[in-house]
Amino acid sequence: MTKIVATFEVSYTQILNKSGKLTGPLPAFAQDTEKLIELYRAMVLSRAFDAKAISLHRTGRLGTFPSAVGQEAVCVGTAAAMQETDVFLPSFREHGAQLIRGVTLVEQLLYWGGDERGSDFSGPKKDFPMAVPVGTHAPHAAGVALAMKLRGEERAAVCLMGDGATSRGDVYESWNMAGVWSLPVVYVINNNQWAISLPRSAQSAAETLAQKAIAAGFPGEQVDGNDVIAVYDVVDKALKKARSGGGAQLIEAVTYRLSDHTTADDASRYRSDEEVSARWSEEPIARMRTYLTESSAWKKEDEESLLAECAKTINAAVEEYLATKPLPPESMFDYLYAELPPAYAAQRAAAIAASGEDGDD
Amino acid sequence: MFRATDGLVDRFGKERVLDTPLAEGVLAGMSVGLAAEGFRPVPEIQFMGFIYPALEQMVSHASRLRNRTRGRLTCPMVLRAPYGGGIHAPEHHSESTEAMFAHIPGLRVVIPSSPRRAYGLLLSAIRDPDPVVFLEPKRIYRAVREDFDDDGEGMPLDSCFIQREGTDITLVSWGAMMHETLAAADQLAEQGTRAEVIDVATLRPLDMDTILASVEKTGRCVIVHEAVLSNGVGAEIAARIGEDGLLSLLAPVGRVGGYDTIMPLARLEARYMPSTERVVAAARRALEFE
Repeated sequence: MTKIVATFEVSYTQILNKSGKLTGPLPAFAQDTEKLIELYRAMVLSRAFDAKAISLHRTGRLGTFPSAVGQEAVCVGTAAAMQETDVFLPSFREHGAQLIRGVTLVEQLLYWGGDERGSDFSGPKKDFPMAVPVGTHAPHAAGVALAMKLRGEERAAVCLMGDGATSRGDVYESWNMAGVWSLPVVYVINNNQWAISLPRSAQSAAETLAQKAIAAGFPGEQVDGNDVIAVYDVVDKALKKARSGGGAQLIEAVTYRLSDHTTADDASRYRSDEEVSARWSEEPIARMRTYLTESSAWKKEDEESLLAECAKTINAAVEEYLATKPLPPESMFDYLYAELPPAYAAQRAAAIAASGEDGDD
Repeated sequence: MFRATDGLVDRFGKERVLDTPLAEGVLAGMSVGLAAEGFRPVPEIQFMGFIYPALEQMVSHASRLRNRTRGRLTCPMVLRAPYGGGIHAPEHHSESTEAMFAHIPGLRVVIPSSPRRAYGLLLSAIRDPDPVVFLEPKRIYRAVREDFDDDGEGMPLDSCFIQREGTDITLVSWGAMMHETLAAADQLAEQGTRAEVIDVATLRPLDMDTILASVEKTGRCVIVHEAVLSNGVGAEIAARIGEDGLLSLLAPVGRVGGYDTIMPLARLEARYMPSTERVVAAARRALEFE
């Protein structure tokens, strides 16, 4: 006897299409135009910061930098839906999300400029720093969520990762735990179609990445990752469910990486300019600007004023970053353990003495 | 596996003692998340042979969390695993790869050699604000019995223990090999040699002060570990004695370790494990060196 014992469905949500037209009803929060303008401004700031970071890298004043151009809606929509007491765990391409969470521009510049103070967030004290080994933050998110659940808190963890991360064992293991222990965690996949040079079609035979959650026993859905209204809405609903004991959710935000993987990559070596140009027509900022403009909520002067404001804010941050001196060499030792064991006192002294000989950095 | 956690769930409840699906990577990674949120997780790996999926989380995250956030987030976790051979176990169940973890800044690596030290060191490890890899020599889980009070007294981390005082040669070891090392000291005593026996206990950070003070007194040293000889922690100790205690030495520093081979299966295990005889022989070489 053979019978069907399980089937699955994966939904795809879009509210604002690439032409800036509504394809679904506006959720309650989006009926407040001020809120939408807030989201739009955040995306514009993220992109302006991105451009500045690339330029700093090109002039040797910032290290390797992963641009998030084209993916602003995933980051802004996700972070904007979070509460202050939730915890955010980024991969490394979530600048817009971190800005909303309260990680300052200076902190972000310090991190990419190679200074540990960039991860000592003055704002979101429990948010995690970047997770460079891909997908290794998925278990952290599950652990953070478990802590929240054990304490009976109305908080949730949000873990943002790329499509490439979904092939990693750590991620599968974490989803399994999130499902079987019904953890208050929302996993958001920033599916930008490219894992460095590996296209989505070569990443997995699964029709959607969202359905991997279903295999782990919790719901997975897709959302138009270039539609900040839809991203906010699905993340908001998932967070409310998680915080009230409803368990985990996987949200696959379908977007496109309009930039190179990082400044150390040249994507033209493996993808065509035509492909990228075509995708620009779907990008998140233009469609939102169109919608706001056509709703008479945004004018040319507002745009000019916003861009000027972003430039001013970013330039001030860059000045502060460039003026920040590197940490002294003893700082390599002073955060190794709660108290530096006597076993390393001699090395610490030698490091200080050595840099004295080399002179000022 | 060895029933070290027997009865814990009855005493502390299901919210503090958790059975997990079998995935060492996420076990260690979730512990990082729990620790960052203020818990003190004590994840248990069934055998050191299965610890390697957890290695990435320990090296890439647990060891670095305090440093990379300038102390904003910290990782007070204790990763426990039975380690070492000598119980005729199946393949992969007899690993002694403590050197892998001992190489990592930001971790502590602690190995008890007796029930009292297992109790005291584990208490201190759990109370410590930083990550600890706590390796329990499985061979002596049952072989050694010791009575003591459940008094909540921790024992010091980052510190060697002098198990026996002596004047003629320093024998340095840790874990289950303390048994062979003390037996070798007994044989040497019958031959008129008084050996000082040191239990290192914490492999990182290493307490070289105690070892160097002993070598200054005795002039001779043999390091004994079950782990593979080459690139084992004995090499670090020998190098440091050479750097900081050369003028005390009357003989080269000797090392007794596992052969540079894959640990054989049960039938040859006894031929692989460093024996009391090999320790005595190494000590005699040091004592008779000219």
